[in-house]
Amino acid sequence: MTEILESAGVIGRPLRRKEDAKLLHGRTNWTDNIQVPGALHMALVRSPMAHARIKKVDLSGALAMPGVVAAYDAASLGDLNANVLCVWPVTDDTVMPPFPALTGDKVRHVGDVVAIVLATDAKSAEDAIAAVDVDYEPLDAVVDMIDAMSPGSALVHDAAANNTCYVYNLGGGYADAAAKADVVIKRRFVNQRIVAGFMEPRAVVAAPMGMSDEMTLWSATQIPHVLRVVLSLSTGIPEQNLRIVAPDVGGGFGGKLQMYREEILALQLARHLGRPVKWNETRSEDMVASHHGRDQIQDIELAATKDGRILGMNVTLLANMGAYLQIITPGTPLLGMFMYCGIYKMDAYQFQCTGVFTNTTPTDAIRGAGRPEATFAIERMMDELAAELGMDPMELRTRNWIQHHEFPFTTAAGLTYDTGNYEAATARALELFGMDELRAEQKRRRESGDPVQLGIGISTFTEMCGLAPSRTLGALKYAAGGWEHCTIRLLPSGKVELVTGTSPHGQGHETAWSQIASDILGIPVEDIDVIHSDTGRAPYGMDTYGSRSLAVGGQAIKKAADRVIENARPIAAHQLECAAEDLDFANGAFSVKGDPEKSVTLGALAWAAFSAHNLPDGIEPMISGAATVDPEDFSYPHGTHLAAIEVDTETGKVRVRSYVAVDDVGNQINPMIVEGQVHGGVAMGIGQALYEGVEYDADGNLLTASLADYLIPSAADLPSFTTDRTVTPSTTHSLGTKGVGEAGAIASTPAIINGIVDALRPMGVTDVLMPASPQNVWRAIQAAKGAGA
Amino acid sequence: MQHINVTVDGTSYEAEVEPRTLLVHWLREGVGKVGTVVGCDTSNCGACTVLLDGRSVKSCSVLAVQADGCEVTTIQGLSTGDDWHPVQTAFKECHGLQCGYCTPGMVMAAVDLLNENPSPSEEEIRDGIHGNLCRCTGYHNIVKSVQYAAELMGGRK
Repeated sequence: MTEILESAGVIGRPLRRKEDAKLLHGRTNWTDNIQVPGALHMALVRSPMAHARIKKVDLSGALAMPGVVAAYDAASLGDLNANVLCVWPVTDDTVMPPFPALTGDKVRHVGDVVAIVLATDAKSAEDAIAAVDVDYEPLDAVVDMIDAMSPGSALVHDAAANNTCYVYNLGGGYADAAAKADVVIKRRFVNQRIVAGFMEPRAVVAAPMGMSDEMTLWSATQIPHVLRVVLSLSTGIPEQNLRIVAPDVGGGFGGKLQMYREEILALQLARHLGRPVKWNETRSEDMVASHHGRDQIQDIELAATKDGRILGMNVTLLANMGAYLQIITPGTPLLGMFMYCGIYKMDAYQFQCTGVFTNTTPTDAIRGAGRPEATFAIERMMDELAAELGMDPMELRTRNWIQHHEFPFTTAAGLTYDTGNYEAATARALELFGMDELRAEQKRRRESGDPVQLGIGISTFTEMCGLAPSRTLGALKYAAGGWEHCTIRLLPSGKVELVTGTSPHGQGHETAWSQIASDILGIPVEDIDVIHSDTGRAPYGMDTYGSRSLAVGGQAIKKAADRVIENARPIAAHQLECAAEDLDFANGAFSVKGDPEKSVTLGALAWAAFSAHNLPDGIEPMISGAATVDPEDFSYPHGTHLAAIEVDTETGKVRVRSYVAVDDVGNQINPMIVEGQVHGGVAMGIGQALYEGVEYDADGNLLTASLADYLIPSAADLPSFTTDRTVTPSTTHSLGTKGVGEAGAIASTPAIINGIVDALRPMGVTDVLMPASPQNVWRAIQAAKGAGA
Repeated sequence: MQHINVTVDGTSYEAEVEPRTLLVHWLREGVGKVGTVVGCDTSNCGACTVLLDGRSVKSCSVLAVQADGCEVTTIQGLSTGDDWHPVQTAFKECHGLQCGYCTPGMVMAAVDLLNENPSPSEEEIRDGIHGNLCRCTGYHNIVKSVQYAAELMGGRK
């Protein structure tokens, strides 16, 4: 069992971040800041229609514009037109339509790309795309998932009958469970479409690098390593000639976990023309072109005894794929399929998901990716079941959750949770929240008929993080593995280079990784340089997503650091004239057991290994350690989030009055960073609950096409948060850590909606559509009033 | 083309600009002040916030020609590398940034807010920076950063 880390060193301390000095002084290297002499600027001709046949593309107007160097449609791009790849066909018969960088036959969503223009400056390129003349023959647009599957619907892809991409089944036995149940409840939830909303728009620079055959691609991406592989597979450029660099990257949230067509086009044109090509998107372009997320219709059934024991759960999903399959589009909803049981024991679990094509922007992973949808469904259902049974919602959860002494526990969905302590996290959350006082106030407001009602929202959640054991990924038909790499090199001066395969974009890896290595090696944090996000300098890696960087990458750091010590040991023994096994290592130095005065520091050994004047026989110069770790299992962070929600029943306006988040992410390397991740995640989940939603009209026009129409919450829209942690270390991860990047976003959405429904339940409200805008809340109240009359 | 004379971070620049050039584009491309960034095209995000004659503006909402004769301060002119403005110190100390993309604008908005109101309440801070979007922090630590900066600048006890 991994123990709670009680380090005398720097693990567990809220060190201020190494990254901040440059970010706070504007000394940044965003992709859009990169200037390469002679660069051409690329602009894209995007479809204004959701579904249309392309009759004719006339580039001549654009080619005649000042500054324009070249323009292409699919026909003239010819063999350079490569495909965006999907690496996760979830079933043997998943329909995988081609997704060319430039579309030639039809456009399939607003923002689909018909042509590109390259010019000597960005303004000329932008001006010229208006001069490209495209004739479209409009076709019926497929927007609604249920309509899409109806007989006679137009088809997004001819190969996908009924617009069905795949049907995936897991588990079974629900009918038997339901037959034994005293109570069966059924609900339909709509988990609406959202955007990632990273603040740095995407950008790409591709450049042939002079004397070699190398092409360098700078991209605002989360996945430089994965991107190198897929771009090579797609374009045929030999992998060894491709260098991908993710310089400073301004947020990702899954939206930059992608292979984008703009990356393909910039790379192919830079190689073809022998000149650098640069592209950066506008925000409005981002809204139609960067992948969206969520967008599920969830039909959920829960069967239980009258004393509240859950017998079975049946989950039937429609998951909107959008118009094309991006890198893991089909698999994204399935990342949630193991999580619908949440933290609860049940006998039967049955799951079916149908992937549906529509004429909308493709969907893919956004913070949580499938798990927020699953957590939303189970946590909403727990409140609904409690109401049905007339039971306190926390009492119902307590009766069903896995007790802390029952771990490891294999759930009805088939995962084995190694550890957890839901009792402890909940007890701490209740203490911070002041549940009894709030329930008393709620009762007072109900009795007095106060127009502002109070609701208590509960979310006791878990998630699977640390993506992922490679064998499991293989069994799920994902093309790649889930390991992570680290190399640690001692430099002659005693400083350290730590090379990681993770690719941070705000998470503070440079600080946290230094803390781990410093703790093990006894070398100061400031003497450790973390190298990342460049396949030329950090060749091996699986990048950053799925709360994996610490959970998986952290284990690689620990193993590599342990190897550094073992590789230094024979040199130390040689210098101290003792046997290697007679040495202790602590605080950055080897000392002889029983004679601690005889010691040598790692720094001194680094120089000795560099000069190599006096190394023992058979020992090679220089000291380093490398490790590639495939995780033994997923990790299972959990927590209890509680929200006090005020709802104005006359206007529908919702106010989050207080929010308590107690998370158990196992051991913490830097609790300040952990807290920051929780804050940001909770805010994003509240955004989905209250403010955000991508909307299309019936013709597939995007109505939320800018930040003026899509509400990313501001400081004035959110409360401060009360956060704390309980610590139940992971037993399957060598540092006892679990991951925290997605926890807040997974937990908070159901907490908010449960709070709103709790406030309004006496009025007959049992659900409210997200985002719970004043309009949607008001409508739910009016519908309940109408039903009651 | 139009002639402008603008002082940016203490240095005077003469330039010929197209009348349609936005101040943020001139700062980035004309003067190389790439610390100031663009996050949207509808003036919603505030990432491009700078001080224009001491008051915060979204530099995407000002034409370069409108800045003629003015003094602009960007994040790169707020302090030298070794010397930190109290707002910068507070953001680091309170973990008021993660990816750092909104940070230049957020810091400049906070500087202007504290110049105007040296001792703002939490509500006044939230209202004062509501034109600057951040997706990483949930604003919790940004609010704390501004409160701590106020303390460092002597406005709060």
